[in-house]
Amino acid sequence: MAAPSFNTVQVGDSLPDLVLPPVDRTMLALFAGASGDHNPAHIDIDVARASGMPDVFAQGMLGMAWLGRLLTDWAPQSQLRKFDVRFAGITHLGNAISCTGQVVEKLEHNGEPCVRVEISSANQFGQVKIVGAALIALP
Amino acid sequence: MIDRTWIGHQIGRSTLVIERGRLRFFAKAIGETNPIYVDETAAAAAGYTDLPAPPTFVFAAELDSNTMFALFDQLGVPLGKVLHGEQGFEYFAPVVAGDTVTVTSRVKDIYDKRGGALEFVETESTAVNQRGETVAQMRGVTVVRN
Repeated sequence: MAAPSFNTVQVGDSLPDLVLPPVDRTMLALFAGASGDHNPAHIDIDVARASGMPDVFAQGMLGMAWLGRLLTDWAPQSQLRKFDVRFAGITHLGNAISCTGQVVEKLEHNGEPCVRVEISSANQFGQVKIVGAALIALP
Repeated sequence: MIDRTWIGHQIGRSTLVIERGRLRFFAKAIGETNPIYVDETAAAAAGYTDLPAPPTFVFAAELDSNTMFALFDQLGVPLGKVLHGEQGFEYFAPVVAGDTVTVTSRVKDIYDKRGGALEFVETESTAVNQRGETVAQMRGVTVVRN
């Protein structure tokens, strides 16, 4: 797919979905090490249960990193200006996350043509896990 | 309840040397397959001086140095009660392997909802590279379930 340009992109355009495999314990262990998030609630079931959770659960920033992939799959990372999310629900083991995005506005930001993209991720049951927005400069 | 006098507290400084091996590990952990994130030749062809750090990677600086978890310890909040509520990044320059990024953070606000059942700790951070260039600003909200 050709990189998007300001003139060809229209409000309402969708980004190609990013579909992830179901969350498993290995994913959480690898992300703990790679991200530096060593909170044991994500990798040690005993700790998770002691804090009232049924089992370990995904790091929020793993979900945000997946949304980052959605964005950089669409436009080069060097064009990403802002990336904001709100974590709306816990991502549990077995959740298969899909990331989606849609162009909602064309605007100028600091003298650059940009688009605002609304993004979200949800599991296979349609439960929303993350909502957010990104500002991307387009040539 | 968390003592509100922590508002404005400077959390400290975290320095992270961006290593190629760590970036490849991060790419694997998030399922990133675009070669520019793992192969220097592909990164160079895309205009980067070395492997670029993916958009959320710089968040690792405060985690690696343990300053963020140490903050909750100081606030008297057990890690088992915290959830990540919000996170934001604004980008000013690329971060690539070989860079050294220093993140400085402060507690911007602390507030509560539902009569104190949920408390929110908002932090803001600035990431600067070895040339003194601000590469990113970050904003985070941590939710404490009381």
